Amino acid sequence: MMRHLITATGLLGFASLVFAADAVGVTEKQATNWHAIIMFCIFVALTMGITYWAASRTKSTADFYTAGGGITGFQNGLAIAGDYMSAATLLGLTAMVYLQGYDGYIYMMCFFAGWPIILFLMAERLRNLGKFTFSDITAYRLDQGKVRTMAAVSSLTVVCFYLIAQMVGAGQLIKLLFGLEYKVAIFAVGILMMVYVTFGGMVATTWVQIIKAGMLLFGGTLVMFLAMSEFGFSFTNLLDKAMSVHSLGDKLMQPGSFLADPVTAISLGLGLMFGTAGLPHILMRFFTVSDAKEARKSVLYASGFVAYFFNVIFLMGLTGILIVGQNPEFFEGGDIAGKLIGGGNMVAMHLAKAVGGNMLLGFLAAVAFATILAVVSGLALAGASAISHDIYARVIKKGQASEAAEIRVSKIATVCLGFVAIVLGIAFEKQNIAFMVGLAFGVAAAANFPVLILSMYWKGLTTRGALWAGYGGLVSAVVFVVLSKSVWVDVFGFAAAPFPYTQPALFAMPIAFLLAFIFSKSDNSVRAGQEKEAFEDQYVRAQTGFGAAAAANH
Amino acid sequence: MSSAMYERMRANPKFQELVTRRGRFAWVLSIIVLTMFYGFVMVVAFSPATLGQPIAEGSKVTVGVAVELFMFIFFWVLTALYVRRANTEFDVLTQEVVKEAWKGQK
Repeated sequence: MMRHLITATGLLGFASLVFAADAVGVTEKQATNWHAIIMFCIFVALTMGITYWAASRTKSTADFYTAGGGITGFQNGLAIAGDYMSAATLLGLTAMVYLQGYDGYIYMMCFFAGWPIILFLMAERLRNLGKFTFSDITAYRLDQGKVRTMAAVSSLTVVCFYLIAQMVGAGQLIKLLFGLEYKVAIFAVGILMMVYVTFGGMVATTWVQIIKAGMLLFGGTLVMFLAMSEFGFSFTNLLDKAMSVHSLGDKLMQPGSFLADPVTAISLGLGLMFGTAGLPHILMRFFTVSDAKEARKSVLYASGFVAYFFNVIFLMGLTGILIVGQNPEFFEGGDIAGKLIGGGNMVAMHLAKAVGGNMLLGFLAAVAFATILAVVSGLALAGASAISHDIYARVIKKGQASEAAEIRVSKIATVCLGFVAIVLGIAFEKQNIAFMVGLAFGVAAAANFPVLILSMYWKGLTTRGALWAGYGGLVSAVVFVVLSKSVWVDVFGFAAAPFPYTQPALFAMPIAFLLAFIFSKSDNSVRAGQEKEAFEDQYVRAQTGFGAAAAANH
Repeated sequence: MSSAMYERMRANPKFQELVTRRGRFAWVLSIIVLTMFYGFVMVVAFSPATLGQPIAEGSKVTVGVAVELFMFIFFWVLTALYVRRANTEFDVLTQEVVKEAWKGQK
């Protein structure tokens, strides 16, 4: 599948291919894998037990949205890393290294480089200013109703696009990994997610994510270790052998077609870096720890796990070139020049089978599926909190809603999002959804991030400027993606795309910042004056954390 | 009450010191990361051959692999440095600022 996509997308389309890896294309159903199914059932049983325990601890809104601020920096770091390392990271990136060598490694660096920036410029201010959702920060001194509505709209947009990609990915993966029907996955993921979130809130969602991240790190490390043992743990030895058989030969460790075009390269870099800093389910994690100190530690641990795991994947992809790529058992018809059984994304799975037999294959397959489940739960909680905390409690009820009512609304919202996810998952089964994750990152980078960073750093931001930036960024990110090749040509079937690049961030982000600047500067209303004055107090709180929502009730 | 507290904190020279020192540290680290990362992206785009050279005569390991591995480790070390300084030195300063503002309350 990867191979087809590469030929189909060509040079400029490479970046969209990368997101395609996240989306997972149409797959063929494989033989039923009982090891994987049993191990996944054990995972579900364990997480259900945790949800039962979490339900008894989820009483207030703070418990529901942020686990009462009682998550430690280490736990939260694992959970953030878990949110960030999706099934696509394991399957897509291993496949990318297997096929493209060094290019896969470059791509992982793009995915990683945003974390230090989030720590240096955002983490402590996020924790000091926010309570449940990131709109708590953007709306801190601006018009609550309008700004929260805007933030909720763009959050839900991001959540929906991301959900579609994950649900379709789950359906395709279950065919590949478990040998079950597409719809089984959609219903299983949709229903399990509703149970985790409605009963266990953030406590259960976080623990599902922590367990999954632990399993992923353990499984990946084990496969890498067993695979490297076949090369005497020598990287040079591995490279020597890999280059002698790979079609790229000596070019395996050189930059290839990826990022050959500087505009796409920078746009992708910006989109990944600042998109990460605008994803609602990631931002929400900063409010689950007790204070700024723990928030900083979270990023330290999260980035450590992510960096480590990317290097594990790099080695998995390279060892796969020899262990999987030279073994006829893993190719259709036993022809190693042909197609991998189950498609290109199966490299990691075949590698697990080759070095650890059916048990390890089953374990890794269960982890891959658990990954989707965990990410979907985090997304649903972020979406539900935008509806209940921002729209219901603050916009409709103007802050007068009782905690019980707010929790009830968020549970109803979760169930609704679950059904929406199931319906969309089924509707998009046969669609080309390669652009969905790119779009989610694009909207996060162009709509959420500019307003968020300006509200924390720029005194001059007013409600009018924030609204223009938020809606302007949202619309321009969507328009650029729709006019790009991945939608205009691949989905609508037009001959040529009006927008020549695949990544919207380089173009949509400046539009958002410019709109914020113009419409804030020209805003001379009395309200705007008050908003600018209120920045002073906000600034002190952002710096010191005084008055920040403490680790409530614990 | 809050607003008066914020007012006193802002007036405290230690607050200015905290903001200046932590801000400078954070921005210096950010600029290092951004320069290295986008510099790397530019080299990938404009001069891929540079990264394709072997690190030593006859070695299969390229400069690109070595540079990236270095960046992964170096960026993480920078985050560790920031967390360490922020969680000790800067947090002590923060607590002093808050404590002194409380004293002014009485």
